[in-house]
Amino acid sequence: MRYAMAIDTKKCVGCSDCVVACQTENNVPIGFCRDWVTETVDGTYPNVSIELRTERCNHCDNSPCVRCCPTGASHFEDGGIVMVTHHKCIGCGACIQSCPYEARYSHPDGYVDKCTFCIHRVRKGENPACVSVCPTSCMYFGDLDDPNSEIVNVLKNRKFKALAPEAGTKPNIFYLT
Amino acid sequence: MKEELFVSGRNIPNIDPYLHIWHWQIPIYLFLGGLAAGILFLAAVYTILGKDKEMQATVKWAPFIVPFALIIGLFMLFLDLKHKLYFWQLYTTIRLESPMGWGAWVLMIMTPISIVWSASYVREVFPNWDWKFKFLYTFEAWVIKNRWFIAWPMAIYAVILGIYTGILLSAFNARPLWNTTILGPLFLVSGMSTGAACIILMSKNHEERRLIGRLDLLFISVELFFIVHMIMGFLAGSQVQIDAANLFLGGQFTVPFFVFVILLGLIFPAVLETLELIGFKVPIVIPAILVLLGGLIFRFIMVEAGQITRYLY
Repeated sequence: MRYAMAIDTKKCVGCSDCVVACQTENNVPIGFCRDWVTETVDGTYPNVSIELRTERCNHCDNSPCVRCCPTGASHFEDGGIVMVTHHKCIGCGACIQSCPYEARYSHPDGYVDKCTFCIHRVRKGENPACVSVCPTSCMYFGDLDDPNSEIVNVLKNRKFKALAPEAGTKPNIFYLT
Repeated sequence: MKEELFVSGRNIPNIDPYLHIWHWQIPIYLFLGGLAAGILFLAAVYTILGKDKEMQATVKWAPFIVPFALIIGLFMLFLDLKHKLYFWQLYTTIRLESPMGWGAWVLMIMTPISIVWSASYVREVFPNWDWKFKFLYTFEAWVIKNRWFIAWPMAIYAVILGIYTGILLSAFNARPLWNTTILGPLFLVSGMSTGAACIILMSKNHEERRLIGRLDLLFISVELFFIVHMIMGFLAGSQVQIDAANLFLGGQFTVPFFVFVILLGLIFPAVLETLELIGFKVPIVIPAILVLLGGLIFRFIMVEAGQITRYLY
């Protein structure tokens, strides 16, 4: 099992519904968030284009955060989901420094927090909160090892990219372009 | 090729400024760790060479600083933790992949060794010192007898500690300025150099000062070589690493780096020490203090600058 997410940048309208859904679902403290939306403009006027991306932890295969965690609080769960065990985290900040996606933050309670792919929902067979609320259905979540899954299908038929592949972390969030 | 003209930041008020998560505690901790490594290494080497009578400050006086430096350093690390009450988790796991993990263990070994080392000299400094318990006297006698054997692991652990202070930073591949293995040897020689400077400050013996001064000159030259090496490595690297090097070559850290670290922290003390070696009267306190300050500022700059180098946004 290898969980991954594909996000259609052509469909995303940047409404931030995913951000709010995540904050509600996971009780993220006010002023913090586990996912966010960025906007990239490229080209020269009048040929400009905008790309909107909803970003979060990439649950990388080669996770620097898991590697550098001194206590083993950051670890892989089934399906390659990177998780933080709160009672093992000492809040040293090593994983925050090591993440090229800056997906982690220090929770006001002291431990480090980040996207969990809504593992509590995924284990029940549901989609992560952000995916389930997306009004344009631009997000796909699924198992890369399952050849019949929607995500494998969409990645087969569309061009996609990952963010900062040069950081060498083998990210599992793909952006359909 | 698509060129990204503009990427909106994330504008998340409580996160973005806080991703700059390491503050003044970390550079101070790295400085004290390097200083301790330098002093203990020199103390161990001169004990192994059997020169503990000639090199009183190196072997005897300067190591008294080390337990305090290490304990203050560990306290700085503790201050830096956000989930403080769970700090003991560091010592319930052994994770060799994580430099912070094995560094914590090295400090756990190094601190008691340095305390035992200094304790074995306490009665030479304070002849009236009373250990209260008989077994402490027995232990002291054993340590004094076996100093030569203790010096070996101490030298090795001192080198590991010195390298660790650099590897701690170089383990983070998301920070291009840190993500270079040269940081290990660079922080090691920098630590040796500050350790030597500290010994020079404490020594009253002219011959010892000259000898350690010459060693310091060697450390400074190697350090300069490593810094050039580091910047060359960045310039031959990927775009993010070139950007990282440019922080020092025209970017916002150029002046503090070249004025306080390279010029006042390395070149000027090296010149003063050379002048002293060829016979000019130079108060050796000046280069020693400059080296110490330069080492401290170098760590502050590396920690600050490293955190603004990144891959995205």
